[in-house]
Amino acid sequence: MKAKTKVRTSAYRKRDYQAFLYLLPWLLGFSLLQLYPFVSSLYYSFTDYQITSEPVWAGLKNYISLFTTDTEFTNSLKVTITYTLYTVPGKLIMALAVAVFLNRNIKGINLIRTLYYIPSLFGGSVATAILWKLLFLDNGVINALLSALHLPNIQFWGNPKTALPTICALEIWQFGSSMVMFLAALKNVPADLYEAAAIDGAKPVQQFFKITIPQITPIIFFNLINQTITALQNFTSAFVITNGGPLKSTYVLGMKLYKEGFSYFKMGYASAISWVMFVIIMVVTLLLFRSSSMWVHYADE
Amino acid sequence: MTLKSKRKHNMFFTYLVIVLIGIILLYPIVWMFFATFKTNDEIFNSIKLLPKSFSFQNFIDGWNGSGKVTYATYFINTFLLVLPTVIFTIVSSCLVAYGFARFKFPGKNILFALLISTLMLPNAIIIVPRYTMFSKLGWINNYMPFYAPAILACYPFFVYMLIQFLRGIPRDLDESAYIDGCGTFRTLVSILLPLMKPALFSAALFQFLWTYNDYFNSLIFINSGSRYTISLALRLSLDSESVVNWGKLMAISFISVTPLFILFFAAQKYFVEGIATSGLKG
Repeated sequence: MKAKTKVRTSAYRKRDYQAFLYLLPWLLGFSLLQLYPFVSSLYYSFTDYQITSEPVWAGLKNYISLFTTDTEFTNSLKVTITYTLYTVPGKLIMALAVAVFLNRNIKGINLIRTLYYIPSLFGGSVATAILWKLLFLDNGVINALLSALHLPNIQFWGNPKTALPTICALEIWQFGSSMVMFLAALKNVPADLYEAAAIDGAKPVQQFFKITIPQITPIIFFNLINQTITALQNFTSAFVITNGGPLKSTYVLGMKLYKEGFSYFKMGYASAISWVMFVIIMVVTLLLFRSSSMWVHYADE
Repeated sequence: MTLKSKRKHNMFFTYLVIVLIGIILLYPIVWMFFATFKTNDEIFNSIKLLPKSFSFQNFIDGWNGSGKVTYATYFINTFLLVLPTVIFTIVSSCLVAYGFARFKFPGKNILFALLISTLMLPNAIIIVPRYTMFSKLGWINNYMPFYAPAILACYPFFVYMLIQFLRGIPRDLDESAYIDGCGTFRTLVSILLPLMKPALFSAALFQFLWTYNDYFNSLIFINSGSRYTISLALRLSLDSESVVNWGKLMAISFISVTPLFILFFAAQKYFVEGIATSGLKG
């Protein structure tokens, strides 16, 4: 302790100005590549802006047409919200269920954890999207398996009712990374809590809802926010597998943004779409934060 | 039933479930591997997992691509894009994390709050202005749109992760280094960096994985075929033929994920620990 007080002298602290040298890349990056684009896209969203000409102020025009005349957009909004409502809870419930199941003395747990993680490894890669498309084709292997089990075949990609859930399945299939996080959190739940509960006569189901879940709420909360932000921006699977079809049933907001911005180069309009997306993300995040005091339990509180 | 046999019974049930989940999760990938040896006819008309014969024709045809450009080019392009991005990300994130973790300066709390808020900044919101900006700079069709954010530490996940890691390293080390006459940069390079290796390695792996798998940004910033990455080339192969040769497509898809496989199994400890400890999304 003596050395510490001796060292924290003005000479040592005088070097603090050097912090800005280390922060310099981020200060530039933050202002040029994050803050500036963030503010400009808000500005663009109120303009008519084709990439070849300068932006012209248009007021709320983009937003008004998005919500009144552009049925493609309102459909995209619906598709994206549905996608998020399927994938985020689906993935988290799978991850949690499997993590709880694996959280006991099992030989070879490391290998199991590794193997279950593999689908997450390829994540949103184009290769996986192509594989998924092939697996679920009308004459693909999943339908062949259904036939072998004497079950009726399903037109996974051809039917607007099934195309979106099949794309969601690709996302839920990658629950491994969340599962690894949950497993780590479960390992940190103090064992004496369970012992005390067992002495008090709590049943396993009660223990799960009264101890396990409350103890790992911070990591559930973190996952919930992250997965929601990712899901609302989904693009690759819908673009590669179905290209938004059939009948625009998988035409997510990410695709709409891409088409308007980078096929038609309507930069103002695309920016307005991205801001609607951002507002949804902000509202969801705020609601989650607001509600977090009710259900997220922090150990040090 | 005695307690012991009941226990055994339970264990058997546990492993049965584990194996079943494992099959559901891994069957598509195993199937993909064997499909690389199959013809369209076999893929669609046979439920059998194993191919009739192990011929490498799909790999050869797939690798050669449809025209003048082979997958060798796409692979080289991908690595030209990914490797510098990873290295730049690690170097810049490390410097910035050091700045935040080890110095006291006015406005630190505000800057840190800004850094944290960018964790939730969606890519979709900044992509349009970034595109117009990069196209004015003449960066479309080269890899600067990927390098620039990496050089300028625009990956808050990694900065934050390294800050957390640095906070766990005792400051006494910095102070001893100071007494021994080390400047701040030398303290970072010779004292802290060796200790940060596991965190740096995890960050590098995830940045590699994400950049390698990225499709949206490549699609927007790269549009000439000779500069295509694997993701773009794969998607092109899917669309370019009227009758898709699926065996061929599976072969190149499989080759394209092989580097990830190798990396994962060589460094699985860092992957799994990285997710478990820092809450990185996979």
